[in-house]
Amino acid sequence: MSDLFKVQVMVNGKSYERDVPPRLLLSDFLRHELQLTGTHVGCEHGVCGACTVLLDGEAVRSCIMLTPQVHEMTITTVEGLADDPTNLHPLQEAFREAHGLQCGFCTPGILMTLIPFLRDNPNPTEREIREGISGNICRCTGYHNIVEAVKLAAEAMSNEK
Amino acid sequence: MKPPAFKFFAPNTVEEALTLLETHGSEAKLLAGGQSLIPTMNFRLAAPEVLIDLNRVNDLDFIRQDDGNLHIGAMTRQRAVERSDVVSKLQPLLFETMPYIAHPQIRNRGTIGGSLVHADPAAELPAIALALKARFKIVNKTGERWVDANDFYTGMFGTAVEEHELLTEVMFPKSTESSGTAFKEIARRHGDYAMAGVAAVVGVDAAGQCDAARVVFLSVSDAPLLMENACKALLGTNLSAAEVDAAADIAANQDADPVGDIHASAEYRRHLVKVLFSDVVQVAAERARA
Repeated sequence: MSDLFKVQVMVNGKSYERDVPPRLLLSDFLRHELQLTGTHVGCEHGVCGACTVLLDGEAVRSCIMLTPQVHEMTITTVEGLADDPTNLHPLQEAFREAHGLQCGFCTPGILMTLIPFLRDNPNPTEREIREGISGNICRCTGYHNIVEAVKLAAEAMSNEK
Repeated sequence: MKPPAFKFFAPNTVEEALTLLETHGSEAKLLAGGQSLIPTMNFRLAAPEVLIDLNRVNDLDFIRQDDGNLHIGAMTRQRAVERSDVVSKLQPLLFETMPYIAHPQIRNRGTIGGSLVHADPAAELPAIALALKARFKIVNKTGERWVDANDFYTGMFGTAVEEHELLTEVMFPKSTESSGTAFKEIARRHGDYAMAGVAAVVGVDAAGQCDAARVVFLSVSDAPLLMENACKALLGTNLSAAEVDAAADIAANQDADPVGDIHASAEYRRHLVKVLFSDVVQVAAERARA
């Protein structure tokens, strides 16, 4: 039962190789093995969206994936969004600007959900934004300022292009 | 909430997976997208001794057509189906339904085969498969067999797939040009489990009369439910609002026997059956005539 599996994975542009027990959840691998604690763990059964990361560019819930499953794949966590803390990603900038967070617990998951969302739909309507974040639970904001932040980000990111 | 320990295998081929199934028997569980199984294990509601992960079996990831029939490999991600032009062209009902399944994060991992075999009574895909008369390819060590959707679902979380077997592919037969389809569900929030949902396939002949009807509900029974009496009542009618409403009454009062839970009482579900039946049959009929 204690057999270890070799996992080779690219996280935020850096290659890691580890031997892990197969029951290790991807969320715990990121937080405990790689010390990337920006990925938050809320419900641990795939409902709240706090643990959302990008797997080969698409949003997935890291709390319901086993670490051996990401062998030879590419992951981006919230730590991978900004080059350095003084130079935030436009999406992060928009969340700060529009007050799109309060306690911040759900924020990493929401940001990682929105990266592919805005990539696929750079000019979303409010309804599309609300559907886009429907898989992420926030208990502080009432979502209003999150939606405003997404609008702001969409605008900023299309001006950037 | 962490999954209990298990032995883990990640085969590369169907053959290897079948050998592992044979070796480990009832102790083994197949892992597809894991969007239901891993949460269940995190809750310790499931504790398989052995997990056989199918995610490296690349042969099971495909969408292709032959002669208008649509074939989808069991390990094809739901997101790939949602984005497929082939699916959109050949099976608009399946295409229309995909965005209703949970959330994008789930559909990025969740597979067609995983959802079909998990057979959650609230899942969309089993109802779609039954409405479209899908056929299921099941393999075991000695060969393969095809099972019709009518025989595939056997009750709560139950399917025709035996312990030593594997679903490799689902086939949606070519749809007839005179038919129209529609899907609708009622959930408290987008992506939540539906309190009731319905898929309809309605055929209209040259005279404008209904010559085929398959209306299947999810979340009102322990398995996807074909509204047989109501469908019979639609045949030969002009699909007028009054005729469709009369059939909806039959669906709600004869075909369906819903139970209540914390999300919706039995009475409310019965009400939803009636309303949803009328709604989707009207839309499907309009599309058939177009």
